[in-house]
Amino acid sequence: MEEVKQITLHPQGRTEEYFINMGPQHPATHGVLRLLLTLDGEIIKRVDPDLGYIHRSIEKMTEHDTYRQIVHLTDRMDYLSAHINNEAVCLVVEKALELEVPDRVKVVRTILAELTRIASHLLWWGVTGMDIGALTTFMYAFRDREMINDIMEENCGARLTMNYNVPGGLMWDIHPNFQRRVKAFIKHFKTKLPEFDRLLSDNIIFRKRTEGIGVLSAEDAISFGVTGPAARASGVSCDIRKKQPYSAYDRVEFKEILDTRGDTFARYKVRIHEMWESLHIIEQLIDNIPEGDYQVKTNAVIKLPKGEYYQRVETARGELGVYVVSDGKKSPYRMKFRSPGFSNLSVIDHVARGYKVADLVAIMATFDFVIPDIDR
Amino acid sequence: MYDFTPMVEGINRWLHSMMPDAAATFAGWVLVALVYLALFAVMGLVLVLVERKVAAFFQLRLGPNRVGPWGLLQTAADAIKLLLKEPVGTKRADMFLYNLAPFLLIIGAMMALSVIPFAPGLQAFDINIGVFFIAAVSSVGVLGVLIAGWASNNKYSLLGAMRSGAQIISYELSMSLAILTMVLLAGSLQVSQIIEQQRDYWFIFKGHVPAWIAFMIFVIAGTAETNRTPFDLPEAESELGAGFHTEYSGMKFAFFFLSEFVNMFIISAVAVILFFGGWMPLHLDGWTGFNQVMDFIPPIFWFLIKMSVMLFLLMWFRWTFPRLRIDQLLKLEWKYLLPMNLVNLLLMAFIVLMGWHL
Repeated sequence: MEEVKQITLHPQGRTEEYFINMGPQHPATHGVLRLLLTLDGEIIKRVDPDLGYIHRSIEKMTEHDTYRQIVHLTDRMDYLSAHINNEAVCLVVEKALELEVPDRVKVVRTILAELTRIASHLLWWGVTGMDIGALTTFMYAFRDREMINDIMEENCGARLTMNYNVPGGLMWDIHPNFQRRVKAFIKHFKTKLPEFDRLLSDNIIFRKRTEGIGVLSAEDAISFGVTGPAARASGVSCDIRKKQPYSAYDRVEFKEILDTRGDTFARYKVRIHEMWESLHIIEQLIDNIPEGDYQVKTNAVIKLPKGEYYQRVETARGELGVYVVSDGKKSPYRMKFRSPGFSNLSVIDHVARGYKVADLVAIMATFDFVIPDIDR
Repeated sequence: MYDFTPMVEGINRWLHSMMPDAAATFAGWVLVALVYLALFAVMGLVLVLVERKVAAFFQLRLGPNRVGPWGLLQTAADAIKLLLKEPVGTKRADMFLYNLAPFLLIIGAMMALSVIPFAPGLQAFDINIGVFFIAAVSSVGVLGVLIAGWASNNKYSLLGAMRSGAQIISYELSMSLAILTMVLLAGSLQVSQIIEQQRDYWFIFKGHVPAWIAFMIFVIAGTAETNRTPFDLPEAESELGAGFHTEYSGMKFAFFFLSEFVNMFIISAVAVILFFGGWMPLHLDGWTGFNQVMDFIPPIFWFLIKMSVMLFLLMWFRWTFPRLRIDQLLKLEWKYLLPMNLVNLLLMAFIVLMGWHL
């Protein structure tokens, strides 16, 4: 006999949880990320990230490629910090081979890495504005980003996936125009950055949408493994450029931007300040590029000595770690990338709970996810 | 001078001389309907292009410039594209309501349009509750939005529709109160009389500070009514895809798209009528020569110039501001705009009582 179900009404009426699929195709996820949202009205009860929609098994592919080829694969991970990803692999190979690259290489790599960081933050700034509803920011950001892309194009022939680094140095020497154009960019961008603040940062609606939203405490940031600007906004000092200087970061003077508020606006502000710091770093180096070779001669097929090697770098999104296990052959036995996006994504449920759908979009924007970086 | 009344009456007499009275009246209706249909089409084409050009101007772009000279035919090309598109819908959508929604929206917008005077004599019908009528029929649109969100069987659409319902019903209050403030000043609900009273001074000068406050509230509420940034939550592209019209394609989508522009036009027109004297030229006290020069410009141009300024203002908002969140949106209305509006209404009543507005 069937049991008769007793229906009890909630004093304020019955509310049902609402389930929504955010993605894999959704304008705010900036790629094919799928978030399973459980909502109560517009309030978020639970966020479940579902990954794998753009998984290309880059880590497995590396086991069949030579080290020179692996550099090219890393472009496709965090495509906005392509240069920095390349650099990470080159650094780990150079570390394993105990190769000392010329100063010129170190300085040029640093300048390009900082230009990449600015370009990445510019794109982030544009889409953050768009996510919060201000569509014009995107075009402003792209105007300035275009100058960086042009510099990259002239210097190494590619605008986004540069492949300029090779193990042992650079693919070729910098273009004669390089210094002049970078200086022109710095001059231009210094007048434009305050414009960004006027357009978005100081807007009352933008402030209301971001301040006090999605607060991440320093303890949580550490326990979830959050790195990069997102962690620094919570007061966690984690800049690899300061902690373990690589390339030319030990010879330049710059500040690590820290904020203690940990909310969406703090994450926003940290990135804006980081652009100023990047400009400052480039300014110090651009006139002091040492003369010398742009490459150290290495064997056509690089074989790393048997062992395990690890190198971490600071990409625009946080800490990228490259872990190589070599058995002495031309391809690595195993290669693992510790990508910043993956760890940063893990915190999204913790941060977004209790806020509204619109807040989730703002929070996601300031964590700055690049989906191919999460999935690899 | 420049009065359209003789022309309109001439057409009317000509119709009546041709056929029996009932048929002539009917023919008149059809004629008016055709004129408004043409107006609707032209407005859609022109405003969409202008919006794109203005957006491009704000965004350091060129805007459409490939189809026709200066991109003039771009919207025509888009209209043809939308006409030829396959209508794609969702499974298990409520087909009757799904098909009905865009028309409800457009009917509300078009009905409000019928009371708007473009120049002396150029008005479909001048009823004695004109302004009230505009406020009433423009809220029919929200039904269309709610039905669209409900009927398309899509969770994002439903969220958008619910937001829209909360938003439009709330901001209706502010808009109506702002209108009421100015109606107090005019002492009439009839559109033509409201305009007639602004022959010497526009209400924005006549009404002192309360008129300015009412204007600001009206523009804010009007932007919210038209679902435009910073109040575009029902659409909220980056949150909800396209909100309530996510599941519409082809011409049905075009109706939603165009109704936004018609609504924008209506909001601007009402603002121009209530605050900037409709088709009345700008007159300054004691500047007789200047006033005569201003009189020389035809009223229809005055109306269109003022409209363009208002429309540009609304577009300026859209391409500058970020979007509010739903709770902030409602808080703004219920905690700030509505109390301000009520106090403002009392202030205006006091001014009218003391006769300071003359």
